[in-house]
Amino acid sequence: MTEKIVVEDLYKIFGPDPDEAMKLLEQGQSKDEIFKKTGMTVGVQKASFSIHQGEIFVIMGLSGSGKSTMVRMLNRLIEPTAGKVYIDDVDVTAMSRSELISLRRHDMSMVFQSFALMPHKTVIENAAFGLEVSGVDRSKREERAIAALDQVGLKANANSYPDELSGGMQQRVGLARALATDPSIMLMDEAFSALDPLIRTEMQDELVGLQQKSTRTIVFISHDLDEAMRIGDRIAIMQGGEVVQVGTPEEIVSNPANDYVESFFYGVDVSQVYTAGDIVDKKQVTVIERPGVSVRAALDRLRHYDRDIGIVIGKDRRYHGMVTADRLEEQARSDGEPKYADAYLTDVEAIPASTPLSEILGIVAQRRYPVPVVDEDGTYLGSISKTTVLRTLDKAGGAEQ
Amino acid sequence: MNSFWKHFDIPIGDWVQTGVDWIQVHWAPGLDAFAAVVGFLVNSLQNSLSVIPPTILALLIVAFGFWRVGWRFGIFALISMVLLLGMGLWPQTVETLALVIASSIIALIIGLPIGVLMARSEVAEHIFRPILDFMQTMPPFVYLIPAAIFFGLGQVPGTIATVIFAMPPAVRLTNLGIRQVSKENVEAGLSFGCTERQLLFKVQIPLAMPSIMAGINQTIMLALSMVVIASMIGAGGLGNVVLTGIQRLNVGLGFEGGLGVVIVAILLDRITQSFGFKKKRGK
Repeated sequence: MTEKIVVEDLYKIFGPDPDEAMKLLEQGQSKDEIFKKTGMTVGVQKASFSIHQGEIFVIMGLSGSGKSTMVRMLNRLIEPTAGKVYIDDVDVTAMSRSELISLRRHDMSMVFQSFALMPHKTVIENAAFGLEVSGVDRSKREERAIAALDQVGLKANANSYPDELSGGMQQRVGLARALATDPSIMLMDEAFSALDPLIRTEMQDELVGLQQKSTRTIVFISHDLDEAMRIGDRIAIMQGGEVVQVGTPEEIVSNPANDYVESFFYGVDVSQVYTAGDIVDKKQVTVIERPGVSVRAALDRLRHYDRDIGIVIGKDRRYHGMVTADRLEEQARSDGEPKYADAYLTDVEAIPASTPLSEILGIVAQRRYPVPVVDEDGTYLGSISKTTVLRTLDKAGGAEQ
Repeated sequence: MNSFWKHFDIPIGDWVQTGVDWIQVHWAPGLDAFAAVVGFLVNSLQNSLSVIPPTILALLIVAFGFWRVGWRFGIFALISMVLLLGMGLWPQTVETLALVIASSIIALIIGLPIGVLMARSEVAEHIFRPILDFMQTMPPFVYLIPAAIFFGLGQVPGTIATVIFAMPPAVRLTNLGIRQVSKENVEAGLSFGCTERQLLFKVQIPLAMPSIMAGINQTIMLALSMVVIASMIGAGGLGNVVLTGIQRLNVGLGFEGGLGVVIVAILLDRITQSFGFKKKRGK
């Protein structure tokens, strides 16, 4: 496999006198000690790894672990303090300003967590931004922008403005902007973190799909383990500015390098510690019940996400009931005024968030559908399915080994 | 002790006087050239506005109000024009408008680049900030004195005093607007290979536009208020009507002049504000 990006012994110190901090690092002092002594922050330290051509490489870590700094050193939005970054065997850290600009225009692009679109430009103008900057003439760049928008399914919205689009669609524009210059490397900084969970998984799948048709190398920053496992060909885990492990998802799960990495996968005995509120997820589709919104609209929503069941909540987010698509359809077809209340499943009862996991086991096992969870005020928090419980228990099992 | 303070004297007034005298002697050609440019701008603006027959100019302003702001404002503009013409204040209004436009243009030509410079350089920010504070806290009347000394009486010193008084908001809000552009937007610009100049013109200035437009609007409003005051050194226009009203204790005349100023202020404010929120093209 060709190595597309090679990072060698990379350091970033934030502060007035990086040399001093580097000396202290050499003496073996820790990040915290250096901060206490000098007030300078070690962003990234002794990072070395390589990224293969054509893979999705996820850099994962908690906030403050240095992952955003790391990705910005690849295109030198942040200047490294020491170390080298090679792209296609060319040393990026030694590039002149103009070489760097050329690299950014042709070989690398970036997708941002907050989308960072230009609100005064239309979708197509946004998508063509990179080409505009590098001086491609209008007709040519619009042609390529349209092609990029087509790839992310937004061709029809080319003349809209970003604020007319949903978050998911805005990030598609961000993605199209990054694709339009046809770079060999795409940097994605928490690109899907601002999106709601349903759209998020959809975008992840789409990214993996796009990737199958190209040899583009993607460096993806994430704080979310599920996301990393889902899309990453390989994962680098960062802790306190250091890269503590690099490997395929399987390698990392089966052989974590240290307790920190392990803690991502294995908890303590979860069935004792965790309550329903801790393990709920929001994967179920919710429908807000309010006057004037028809049962049919809810049905369309379920169909759109291809779901059999949905959770009905009030405008105040209180749990009202659980419905199936079939029962909604019956209601929609019935002669009288269709009502949500008549479509509720009678055998489903919400459980309080404080229910311990050990009790949930029995409840979830008996039900056909996920169990909704509410807090003391009756506000809907999410639901727990059999899969959720099994996954949580699996983590618990790991801890006992 | 008392006698000490009686004899203790810091002659700032004298120093300023000396400085002003020195400038007057040594910079005379520069001052004359500057005055010529300003005078030319004011005169040509005023002449071209006066050439247009009052009815047509009034209708143009009404139409502009309709187009930029809306029909309610259009009706307001129509009534305003009838009032101004009816009070016989049209020539003064045109004079005031010409002065405001000329001094705003000069203030923006000088002020906007300074704002950009301040946003991009901490050194520039530290140099200009106290100067701006000084310019804004100084009572407007004070500017009339050096303006009159260097440039005599009339429209040119009036315009120059106005430029100095009206410039700060444009500078400040340009600086602020550019500094407030989100970090990720700037990073987006850079990550797609913007040069410094492209970053400024394609990312920072467009995104700072609402703030810059607010600054321009403020500058124009301040220019109007200063132009009125500048009538004290012979700048003419609506301010002169108010001044005459005061001097003759003629309440009616003073009120007419004041009303004219208010009308011009509202028209300028609304019309310039309408450029801050660019109308979107349809889908």
